[in-house]
Amino acid sequence: MKTEINYLNCSKGLKSWLFTHDHKRIAILYLIGIAISFLLGGVFAMAIRLELLTPDQLIVSSKVYNQLFTLHGAIMVLLVIIPAIPGIIGNFILPLMVGAKDVAFPKLNLWSWYFYMAGVLLSLYHLSTGAVDTGWTFYTPYSISTNTSVITVVTGAFLVGMSSILTGINFLATIHMMRIKEMGWFKMPLLLWAFYATAVIQIIATPVLGITLLLLVMERVAHIGIFDPALGGDPVLFQHFFWFYSHPAVYIMVLPAMGVISEIIPTFCRKKIFGYKFIAYSSIAIALISFLVWGHHLYVSGQSAFASMAFGLLTFIVAVPSGIKVFNWIATMYKGAIDLRSPFLYVLAFLVLFTIGGLTGIINGTLSLDLHLHDTYFIVSHFHYTMMGGVLIAFIAGLHYWWPKMFGKMYSERLARITCGLLFLGFNITFISQFILGTRGMPRRYHNYLPEFQSLHIISSIGAFIVGLAFFMMLYYLIDSLFRGKKAPNNPWGGTTLEWQASSPPVTENFDQTPEMRELYKYKSKDEL
Amino acid sequence: MKDNTLDSFWLPEPISKIALHSDKLFYVELWGTCLILFAIVALLIYFICKYRITSKRRVACNQNDHNNKLEIAWTIIPTIVVLILFFWGAKDFLSLSIPPKNSMEIKVTAKKWMWTFEYPKANKQTVGELVVPINHPIKLIMSSQDVIHGFYLPNLRIKRDVLPNRYTVLWFQAEKIGEFQIFCAEYCGDAHSNMLATLKVLSTDDYNKWVKQSEENVINEIPLNELGRKLYKSKGCSACHSTGISKMSGPGWGGLFMSKKQLENGDDVVADENYLRESIVNPADKIVKGYPSIMPTYSGMLNDREIDAIIEYIKTLNEQK
Amino acid sequence: MSSTFTKKHHVAHHFENADQEFKTCKVGMWAFIVQEVLFFSALFVAYAVFRGFYPDMFEHASSLLNWKLGFINTIVLIFSSYTMVKAVKSAQLSKQKSCVNYLIITFICAGIFMVIKYFEYTAKIHHGLMPAEWFFASSEYPTLHLFFGLYFTMTGLHGLHIIVGMGLIIWLIKRAKKGEFHKEYFTPVEMVGLYWHLVDIVWIFIYPLLYLL
Repeated sequence: MKTEINYLNCSKGLKSWLFTHDHKRIAILYLIGIAISFLLGGVFAMAIRLELLTPDQLIVSSKVYNQLFTLHGAIMVLLVIIPAIPGIIGNFILPLMVGAKDVAFPKLNLWSWYFYMAGVLLSLYHLSTGAVDTGWTFYTPYSISTNTSVITVVTGAFLVGMSSILTGINFLATIHMMRIKEMGWFKMPLLLWAFYATAVIQIIATPVLGITLLLLVMERVAHIGIFDPALGGDPVLFQHFFWFYSHPAVYIMVLPAMGVISEIIPTFCRKKIFGYKFIAYSSIAIALISFLVWGHHLYVSGQSAFASMAFGLLTFIVAVPSGIKVFNWIATMYKGAIDLRSPFLYVLAFLVLFTIGGLTGIINGTLSLDLHLHDTYFIVSHFHYTMMGGVLIAFIAGLHYWWPKMFGKMYSERLARITCGLLFLGFNITFISQFILGTRGMPRRYHNYLPEFQSLHIISSIGAFIVGLAFFMMLYYLIDSLFRGKKAPNNPWGGTTLEWQASSPPVTENFDQTPEMRELYKYKSKDEL
Repeated sequence: MKDNTLDSFWLPEPISKIALHSDKLFYVELWGTCLILFAIVALLIYFICKYRITSKRRVACNQNDHNNKLEIAWTIIPTIVVLILFFWGAKDFLSLSIPPKNSMEIKVTAKKWMWTFEYPKANKQTVGELVVPINHPIKLIMSSQDVIHGFYLPNLRIKRDVLPNRYTVLWFQAEKIGEFQIFCAEYCGDAHSNMLATLKVLSTDDYNKWVKQSEENVINEIPLNELGRKLYKSKGCSACHSTGISKMSGPGWGGLFMSKKQLENGDDVVADENYLRESIVNPADKIVKGYPSIMPTYSGMLNDREIDAIIEYIKTLNEQK
Repeated sequence: MSSTFTKKHHVAHHFENADQEFKTCKVGMWAFIVQEVLFFSALFVAYAVFRGFYPDMFEHASSLLNWKLGFINTIVLIFSSYTMVKAVKSAQLSKQKSCVNYLIITFICAGIFMVIKYFEYTAKIHHGLMPAEWFFASSEYPTLHLFFGLYFTMTGLHGLHIIVGMGLIIWLIKRAKKGEFHKEYFTPVEMVGLYWHLVDIVWIFIYPLLYLL
């Protein structure tokens, strides 16, 4: 039987990968880099949960513990959650979905990956010169005075930021200019609206992180003093600059995730998405309003009550469009024809976990309640529900949805279902206990804690180990599919977007024949199931 | 925290009316969250059961893809709900943030890794312990001597960052006698999780007695090594020194007395009474090799008997070895 | 005179035609310009915040800068933006020689800017008017180093962008000499032109804020 030529086997050798301009290969390169980062961040998480089984020191000292939580946060936020969906799914699927041969700027795309890997390598390297212990938020003046390798890791973060900006520029230009003729703005899949809104944020917000990190380096090297109170500076200014990026950053994370969900649900319900226009508009609205709410991270920072109130009001307003998307998705399921295969199971997990994350965000955003909850485990749990239960699960759903397209293989549906259940169970055990720890007053970033918190910590750690197990299972069945998986058809799930017209896996030029525009989200009963 | 019997499942015991009132909004939002979650989960389960794909029905029959009335309704109603919650929270926030005019001012100083309190009216200073009278508004004026710290009183539901070179303000009125937990809530380095303190709420009479009483009288009543043990916790030594041999920010006290120590400059010393006293009052002078020179001086913060007490306590830790 | 020879431009394989290629590059370039503006904007915010904290110190500090040299630099940069516009126009009209010449003049202007910058910097270093790590001037204003921290960061970052621009212009000159730019294809010239105007505009904000006010 003749093996078809596709983007994976068309050329061999390390060089053909490391110098590729093919967006699909670049997506796989990102997958490898992000998987390595996720593994590292995950190991740190397991170490943290192991240490926290007892109130006092178990396996590491306070100093090392502080490095562990700093690195877990920095790696997961900057090297995994922010780049994952754009870098892997965006890079692979976006050009296929618009019907193009590649992104607008393929060489720039490769450079995005180089910058990302440079960031990964610098972060790995700095572990040997004094891993940072500042918390991933790098608040001054502690980050100015600590004698750990802040400059190295901050340079890595700067490069990863450049990677994100270049990806945003590429995606913006691709979606804006390279859709096939018949695909007007309101005929394009919602994933593209999501990536477009994300690109706007990547372009506007990320440079502010860049300059903030640069200024932190200037503080350490030249003592410019703007963030150092001993020199007449203001440490709260650092917080404002930092969160001006980092709050929109969570929408860089979540908008693509919502886009993925908006693609999988109609396909697996064999029904048009409910409220297409609203979802499209709300993506742009969220992108814009997200720039106005950063101060809700600073309610107790010493900023004026007036500022806190203004940010609080805007925070509540931005919650509404995000919440409503959940209604739209559920309404799509109403009277649908629901296919419960694994991508959709992960979507169901997302719907529950993201809802919990969003609603607890309302609780934190409430001014009076945040005075009690800020910097406690309640916050930790909230952001794990949104970033992990939300974004990461959506990424996993997307990875499973497009896996047959990317690799031409089907993974074990049975193992995927078991893993999904295990992950959902373990995740909730881990983090519901942390909500309770938080409301009971347990502060975050604590190596030692009062004995009365121990039982909840033990429960949380057990949940975390279950989560770890689930991820190892996932790693196993996904890699196994590459070798022993059944050959995937072009359109295993019956999707209507253009990428399903390419072969699985696609040829380097993406389409054997010019793709035909079908009516978006219109499913025919004779589609293969 | 000290007496947990009146804590509820979710929250520690509130010890002020304002805290109790603030909890109402928490429970409204908590149960609202649970209700919405339950409704969503129920709907999901119902839909996946009822609308499961079958060989007969492979496409949704109803391709209704929008309903303007419904979408407007489910935009407006949540917006209204959310605005109500916002204004309620803002109102509570203002009463939690604005100190009354007759508040008693206490100065809080944070430094790695201990809390010191100065009482201008009472002309006293305490370390690791905030002493207040019941039913009197207290205004804390806080600043840090090094990095950003956070002052957190869970039983009063209040928290504020403590900044270097600036003052931040927090106020409360404690309405129950007892001892309550204070945490540092803003990550500040190695011993952040050990930077604890205690809120001591006294009856008006006891408070007045405390103000009048000089430290000497109280302290003279307790045997030295017992006093030392109390001071170990209350003066912040426990933040950096273990009572065994484990290394924290500072050397462990287990087996310390009369042991040989090598200093940073290469000299050898024996940790006798003089060495221990010097380490308390002038810590930067003789730093044990392998440890950072970060211990703050206790000069002026401990009187002679207290220093003696700590030394005696350290001696008892030899026997435990 | 029209060009002696022109090198035919091959549209990149993933674009449908030259027009799509050009328009897409423009979208991408403008997006890049927006992010550059945001990059500098935080510095301007820091400037505003600290000017608010220490207004007298700022007024005094700006008198320590050489406004005349800064003014010359401003004129030089504005002129270089003009020559850059002429270079783009020449390429659009397939006027190869004048395109190259205008690019060279732009490059020289940038060089003059950097030379003047060099003199300004060495003077400040000599007088110890530096960020706190290297500050040794005596002054009645204890926070004077804050101004110079901002001064060096803002002008230094801007200077870095000038240097990158000079590199880009050399690249354009090389390609223009080979006849690569003509009325069918002048995209790189136009894109670098946009970048150069940005660098000019940033300076037009820096100069009055730091030197004059």
